[in-house]
Amino acid sequence: MRAALVDAPLDAAGLLAEVSAPANGAAIVFVGTVRESNDGRAVTGIDYTAYAAMAQRELDAIVGEAATAYDTPHVVVEHRLGTLTVGEASVVIAVAHPRRAAAFDASRFVIEQLKKRVPIWKREHYVDGSREWVDPTGVLVHPSPADQGHTSAGRATTAEAQR
Amino acid sequence: MNVTVLLFASYADALGTTELEIALPAGSTVADAVRRVATLPGADRVPPKPLVAVNERYAAPEQRLAPGDQLALIPPVAGG
Repeated sequence: MRAALVDAPLDAAGLLAEVSAPANGAAIVFVGTVRESNDGRAVTGIDYTAYAAMAQRELDAIVGEAATAYDTPHVVVEHRLGTLTVGEASVVIAVAHPRRAAAFDASRFVIEQLKKRVPIWKREHYVDGSREWVDPTGVLVHPSPADQGHTSAGRATTAEAQR
Repeated sequence: MNVTVLLFASYADALGTTELEIALPAGSTVADAVRRVATLPGADRVPPKPLVAVNERYAAPEQRLAPGDQLALIPPVAGG
Protein backbone atom coordinates (compact mmCIF):
# COMPACT_ATOMS: atom_id res chain seq x y z
CA MET A 1 0.00 0.00 0.00
CA ARG A 2 1.46 3.36 -0.96
CA ALA A 3 0.38 6.81 -2.10
CA ALA A 4 2.51 9.64 -3.42
CA LEU A 5 2.39 13.07 -5.01
CA VAL A 6 5.17 13.36 -7.56
CA ASP A 7 6.68 16.07 -9.75
CA ALA A 8 8.17 13.75 -12.40
CA PRO A 9 6.48 11.74 -15.18
CA LEU A 10 4.57 8.73 -13.83
CA ASP A 11 5.74 5.18 -14.48
CA ALA A 12 2.69 2.94 -14.93
CA ALA A 13 4.81 -0.16 -15.60
CA GLY A 14 6.74 0.47 -12.41
CA LEU A 15 3.54 0.63 -10.39
CA LEU A 16 2.28 -2.57 -11.99
CA ALA A 17 5.50 -4.32 -11.02
CA GLU A 18 5.17 -2.95 -7.51
CA VAL A 19 1.78 -4.60 -6.89
CA SER A 20 2.47 -7.86 -8.69
CA ALA A 21 2.75 -10.98 -6.54
CA PRO A 22 2.37 -14.73 -7.18
CA ALA A 23 -0.82 -14.90 -5.08
CA ASN A 24 -2.57 -12.43 -7.38
CA GLY A 25 -4.54 -13.58 -10.39
CA ALA A 26 -5.39 -10.07 -11.53
CA ALA A 27 -3.66 -6.72 -11.75
CA ILE A 28 -5.32 -3.49 -12.85
CA VAL A 29 -3.51 -0.33 -13.88
CA PHE A 30 -5.63 2.79 -14.29
CA VAL A 31 -3.96 5.71 -16.03
CA GLY A 32 -5.65 9.10 -16.06
CA THR A 33 -4.32 11.37 -18.79
CA VAL A 34 -4.67 14.98 -19.92
CA ARG A 35 -7.44 15.14 -22.53
CA GLU A 36 -7.24 17.39 -25.56
CA SER A 37 -10.59 19.04 -24.89
CA ASN A 38 -12.92 19.82 -22.03
CA ASP A 39 -16.43 21.22 -22.17
CA GLY A 40 -15.99 21.85 -25.88
CA ARG A 41 -12.78 23.84 -25.53
CA ALA A 42 -9.44 22.73 -26.94
CA VAL A 43 -6.97 22.12 -24.11
CA THR A 44 -3.19 22.35 -24.54
CA GLY A 45 -2.11 21.52 -20.98
CA ILE A 46 -3.01 21.48 -17.32
CA ASP A 47 -1.34 22.83 -14.18
CA TYR A 48 -1.94 20.54 -11.21
CA THR A 49 -1.53 22.01 -7.74
CA ALA A 50 -2.32 20.61 -4.31
CA TYR A 51 -2.57 21.24 -0.61
CA ALA A 52 0.26 18.76 -0.43
CA ALA A 53 0.19 17.77 3.23
CA MET A 54 -3.56 17.18 3.26
CA ALA A 55 -3.58 15.55 -0.17
CA GLN A 56 -0.97 13.07 1.03
CA ARG A 57 -3.05 12.38 4.16
CA GLU A 58 -6.21 11.80 2.12
CA LEU A 59 -4.45 9.60 -0.44
CA ASP A 60 -2.97 7.51 2.37
CA ALA A 61 -6.44 7.15 3.88
CA ILE A 62 -7.98 6.14 0.55
CA VAL A 63 -5.47 3.39 -0.21
CA GLY A 64 -5.88 2.15 3.37
CA GLU A 65 -9.66 2.04 2.98
CA ALA A 66 -9.33 0.24 -0.36
CA ALA A 67 -6.94 -2.32 1.11
CA THR A 68 -9.34 -3.03 3.95
CA ALA A 69 -12.55 -3.03 1.92
CA TYR A 70 -11.18 -5.24 -0.87
CA ASP A 71 -8.80 -7.30 1.24
CA THR A 72 -5.54 -6.72 -0.58
CA PRO A 73 -2.40 -4.85 0.48
CA HIS A 74 -1.46 -4.37 -3.19
CA VAL A 75 -2.85 -0.88 -3.79
CA VAL A 76 -0.65 1.96 -5.05
CA VAL A 77 -1.56 5.43 -6.31
CA GLU A 78 0.62 8.24 -7.61
CA HIS A 79 -0.69 11.66 -8.63
CA ARG A 80 1.47 14.06 -10.55
CA LEU A 81 1.71 17.79 -9.83
CA GLY A 82 3.04 20.57 -12.03
CA THR A 83 2.40 21.42 -15.67
CA LEU A 84 1.39 18.54 -17.96
CA THR A 85 0.79 18.47 -21.69
CA VAL A 86 -1.96 16.61 -23.56
CA GLY A 87 -1.55 12.84 -23.28
CA GLU A 88 0.61 12.87 -20.18
CA ALA A 89 -0.48 10.79 -17.20
CA SER A 90 -1.79 12.78 -14.24
CA VAL A 91 -2.67 9.79 -12.07
CA VAL A 92 -1.79 6.10 -12.00
CA ILE A 93 -3.50 3.53 -9.78
CA ALA A 94 -2.28 -0.05 -9.62
CA VAL A 95 -4.16 -2.78 -7.77
CA ALA A 96 -3.51 -6.51 -7.63
CA HIS A 97 -5.75 -9.14 -6.07
CA PRO A 98 -6.27 -12.89 -6.29
CA ARG A 99 -9.56 -12.19 -8.13
CA ARG A 100 -10.30 -9.78 -10.98
CA ALA A 101 -13.64 -8.44 -9.70
CA ALA A 102 -12.12 -7.12 -6.50
CA ALA A 103 -9.15 -5.68 -8.39
CA PHE A 104 -11.46 -3.71 -10.72
CA ASP A 105 -13.63 -2.55 -7.82
CA ALA A 106 -10.69 -1.44 -5.69
CA SER A 107 -9.19 0.52 -8.59
CA ARG A 108 -12.54 2.22 -9.21
CA PHE A 109 -12.91 2.99 -5.51
CA VAL A 110 -9.54 4.74 -5.39
CA ILE A 111 -10.13 7.01 -8.40
CA GLU A 112 -13.68 7.93 -7.35
CA GLN A 113 -12.61 8.76 -3.79
CA LEU A 114 -9.59 10.67 -5.08
CA LYS A 115 -11.84 12.85 -7.22
CA LYS A 116 -14.18 13.52 -4.29
CA ARG A 117 -11.78 14.10 -1.40
CA VAL A 118 -8.20 14.85 -2.31
CA PRO A 119 -7.35 18.57 -2.36
CA ILE A 120 -5.82 18.77 -5.81
CA TRP A 121 -6.79 21.42 -8.37
CA LYS A 122 -6.21 21.84 -12.04
CA ARG A 123 -5.98 24.91 -14.23
CA GLU A 124 -6.51 24.20 -17.90
CA HIS A 125 -4.61 26.00 -20.62
CA TYR A 126 -6.65 26.65 -23.77
CA VAL A 127 -5.62 27.12 -27.36
CA ASP A 128 -6.55 30.79 -27.18
CA GLY A 129 -3.98 31.32 -24.41
CA SER A 130 -6.46 31.68 -21.56
CA ARG A 131 -6.34 29.57 -18.38
CA GLU A 132 -9.11 28.59 -15.98
CA TRP A 133 -9.40 26.61 -12.77
CA VAL A 134 -11.60 23.59 -13.34
CA ASP A 135 -14.66 23.35 -11.10
CA PRO A 136 -16.20 19.86 -11.43
CA THR A 137 -19.19 20.94 -9.34
CA GLY A 138 -20.09 23.59 -11.89
CA VAL A 139 -21.26 25.80 -9.04
CA LEU A 140 -18.76 28.56 -9.55
CA VAL A 141 -16.57 29.58 -12.44
CA HIS A 142 -13.67 31.80 -11.48
CA PRO A 143 -11.86 33.03 -14.56
CA SER A 144 -9.02 35.38 -13.77
CA PRO A 145 -9.64 38.95 -14.95
CA ALA A 146 -7.46 38.40 -18.02
CA ASP A 147 -9.67 35.49 -19.03
CA GLN A 148 -13.04 37.22 -18.69
CA GLY A 149 -13.43 37.80 -22.39
CA HIS A 150 -13.19 34.09 -23.07
CA THR A 151 -15.90 32.97 -20.67
CA SER A 152 -18.98 32.13 -22.64
CA ALA A 153 -22.25 33.73 -21.62
CA GLY A 154 -23.83 30.31 -21.21
CA ARG A 155 -21.34 29.09 -18.66
CA ALA A 156 -21.46 32.33 -16.71
CA THR A 157 -25.25 32.16 -16.59
CA THR A 158 -25.15 28.62 -15.30
CA ALA A 159 -22.72 29.60 -12.55
CA GLU A 160 -24.91 32.49 -11.47
CA ALA A 161 -28.07 30.40 -11.45
CA GLN A 162 -26.55 27.77 -9.16
CA ARG A 163 -25.11 30.16 -6.60
CA MET B 1 -6.41 34.20 19.17
CA ASN B 2 -4.63 34.04 15.84
CA VAL B 3 -5.22 31.38 13.22
CA THR B 4 -3.58 30.86 9.85
CA VAL B 5 -5.73 30.68 6.72
CA LEU B 6 -4.38 28.85 3.68
CA LEU B 7 -5.81 29.62 0.24
CA PHE B 8 -5.47 27.58 -2.92
CA ALA B 9 -6.20 27.70 -6.64
CA SER B 10 -9.12 30.01 -7.51
CA TYR B 11 -9.47 31.20 -3.92
CA ALA B 12 -5.81 32.22 -3.77
CA ASP B 13 -6.28 34.12 -7.03
CA ALA B 14 -9.39 35.83 -5.63
CA LEU B 15 -7.73 37.00 -2.40
CA GLY B 16 -4.34 37.61 -4.02
CA THR B 17 -2.46 35.53 -1.45
CA THR B 18 -1.91 31.92 -0.44
CA GLU B 19 -1.70 32.49 3.31
CA LEU B 20 -2.93 35.01 5.86
CA GLU B 21 -3.29 35.41 9.61
CA ILE B 22 -6.56 36.45 11.22
CA ALA B 23 -7.32 37.37 14.83
CA LEU B 24 -10.55 35.96 16.26
CA PRO B 25 -12.19 36.03 19.70
CA ALA B 26 -11.61 32.94 21.87
CA GLY B 27 -14.23 30.30 21.18
CA SER B 28 -14.64 31.21 17.53
CA THR B 29 -15.71 28.56 15.06
CA VAL B 30 -14.83 27.64 11.50
CA ALA B 31 -17.90 29.60 10.38
CA ASP B 32 -16.68 32.68 12.26
CA ALA B 33 -13.32 32.45 10.49
CA VAL B 34 -15.01 32.09 7.12
CA ARG B 35 -17.15 35.16 7.81
CA ARG B 36 -14.00 37.12 8.64
CA VAL B 37 -12.29 36.05 5.43
CA ALA B 38 -15.44 37.06 3.52
CA THR B 39 -14.83 40.69 4.53
CA LEU B 40 -11.46 40.82 2.76
CA PRO B 41 -10.95 42.38 -0.69
CA GLY B 42 -11.56 39.82 -3.43
CA ALA B 43 -13.59 37.49 -1.21
CA ASP B 44 -16.68 38.11 -3.31
CA ARG B 45 -15.21 35.45 -5.63
CA VAL B 46 -15.23 32.85 -2.84
CA PRO B 47 -18.57 31.16 -2.10
CA PRO B 48 -20.18 31.99 1.27
CA LYS B 49 -19.85 28.41 2.57
CA PRO B 50 -16.65 26.93 1.16
CA LEU B 51 -15.27 23.57 2.19
CA VAL B 52 -12.84 24.07 5.06
CA ALA B 53 -10.10 21.94 6.54
CA VAL B 54 -8.60 22.49 9.97
CA ASN B 55 -5.10 21.11 10.48
CA GLU B 56 -5.39 19.03 7.28
CA ARG B 57 -8.80 17.47 8.05
CA TYR B 58 -12.17 18.46 6.67
CA ALA B 59 -14.07 20.39 9.34
CA ALA B 60 -17.69 21.30 10.01
CA PRO B 61 -18.72 24.99 10.25
CA GLU B 62 -19.51 24.65 13.97
CA GLN B 63 -16.08 23.25 14.88
CA ARG B 64 -14.34 25.43 17.46
CA LEU B 65 -10.88 26.74 16.72
CA ALA B 66 -7.80 26.81 18.90
CA PRO B 67 -4.96 29.34 18.78
CA GLY B 68 -2.51 28.49 16.02
CA ASP B 69 -4.93 26.31 14.09
CA GLN B 70 -4.31 26.12 10.38
CA LEU B 71 -7.49 26.63 8.38
CA ALA B 72 -7.59 25.88 4.68
CA LEU B 73 -10.34 27.04 2.36
CA ILE B 74 -10.75 24.21 -0.12
CA PRO B 75 -12.02 25.07 -3.62
CA PRO B 76 -13.93 22.31 -5.44
CA VAL B 77 -11.33 19.59 -5.85
CA ALA B 78 -10.38 18.45 -9.35
CA GLY B 79 -7.78 15.73 -9.05
CA GLY B 80 -7.42 12.83 -11.42
